Amino acid sequence: MSAEVIKISPPLSDEAVQRLKIGQQVLISGKIYTGRDAAHKKMIELLDEGKELPVDLWGQIIYYVGPAPARPGQVIGSAGPTTSGRMDAYTPRLLAAGLKGMIGKGMRSEEVKEAMKKYKAVYLAAVGGAGALIARCIKQARVVAYPELGAEAVYELVVEDFPAIVVNDVWGGDLYIEGRKKYAM
Amino acid sequence: MGEDVLAAFEKGLKEEVSPTGKDIFRQLIENARIAREESVPMCQDTGFAVIFLDIGQDVHITGGDLYAAINEGVRKGYREGYLRKSILGHPLERKNTGDNTPAVIHCRIVPGDKLKITVAPKGGGSENMSGLKMLKPAEGIAGVKKFVVEQVSLAGANPCPPVIVGVGLGGTFEKAALLAKEALLRPVGQKSTLPEIARLEEELLTEINRLGIGPQGLGGRITALAVHIEMYAVHMASLPVAVNINCHAARHKSIIL
Repeated sequence: MSAEVIKISPPLSDEAVQRLKIGQQVLISGKIYTGRDAAHKKMIELLDEGKELPVDLWGQIIYYVGPAPARPGQVIGSAGPTTSGRMDAYTPRLLAAGLKGMIGKGMRSEEVKEAMKKYKAVYLAAVGGAGALIARCIKQARVVAYPELGAEAVYELVVEDFPAIVVNDVWGGDLYIEGRKKYAM
Repeated sequence: MGEDVLAAFEKGLKEEVSPTGKDIFRQLIENARIAREESVPMCQDTGFAVIFLDIGQDVHITGGDLYAAINEGVRKGYREGYLRKSILGHPLERKNTGDNTPAVIHCRIVPGDKLKITVAPKGGGSENMSGLKMLKPAEGIAGVKKFVVEQVSLAGANPCPPVIVGVGLGGTFEKAALLAKEALLRPVGQKSTLPEIARLEEELLTEINRLGIGPQGLGGRITALAVHIEMYAVHMASLPVAVNINCHAARHKSIIL
């Protein structure tokens, strides 16, 4: 793994995404959006109807998370990543719509990996279960779509030095496969 | 989170050889510290409320519906604790009930005059990676090992490794699944009291940790913190084995009334 930590800030260009390689640690600052299964389903329905998405995803990052409610005085409750594979069925369509990055945990399908190569996008893993630690990087949070979905609503988050690791890059690399190969006995 | 899990993190940090894996253990320890200090959940998935009741046969519960009382407790706990409401009332219509009810409640009648309540909230990500197989008795111990290791291998990075693997061995279809869940209630790393089962737990842990999945699936030697097996008698035609995977956020608490 590279010791170099790369700072990124959306919107991401093709060039910014191409610089990222599997195993690299990144720190994300700026605005990112949340989305889980239910929000993805609704966004795909909008695309099917030829309508606009509630947020412009061009160059943006979606964080797969359903945060816990904030206590009074907190920005957000615990906010670690959810399993990304549940979004696989919807992801290629969003990549085609300009999405450049995804943060989650767990393996992606071959279709998603191919679409990431085709549309130049990157998949980043955050530490699953480290929800209290990650919440500290979230400085602002507001619901921007689907408030009726509760924890599954789309939030706009303002983050500062949100730590993640590159798992799938535009070159077809997969850290889950490579990492496992390296340590299997 | 219990001291048993924290101790397992410290042990994992020492034993893990992958630098990324070590770093993840450090983050998990730091995360647990923040969660404790700030009274926030360590993981946003505060789970399905799984409740085990051991009801002493001399106990007489009066004044209302016990199940309604438990659900009221869950409602209150999830609201006042600022825990996430993750439960949908209908698996196909998928509308959130808004208060994390209903709970999943398992009751056992036991000797005595006490009531033991165990609360074990279970996250969805690791639950999704669980499985059950009705093996042929001829497949024996090798078949059991193969299924358990395969199940963890297929789960890969998804259930937030390092995981705790609960195995239910024997019984019927539903009994095996319940045993696997009950196995997760044991303090992390506490061995079975049956020597042959304790040996199988150890062998499975070694094999699982040879898969190379590692913390968060990024490569490493500590994929599982423990394997716990609970067993029961079995029909002569059957060899059921159930695997219930728990992420490292292995939360459970009991009280005795």
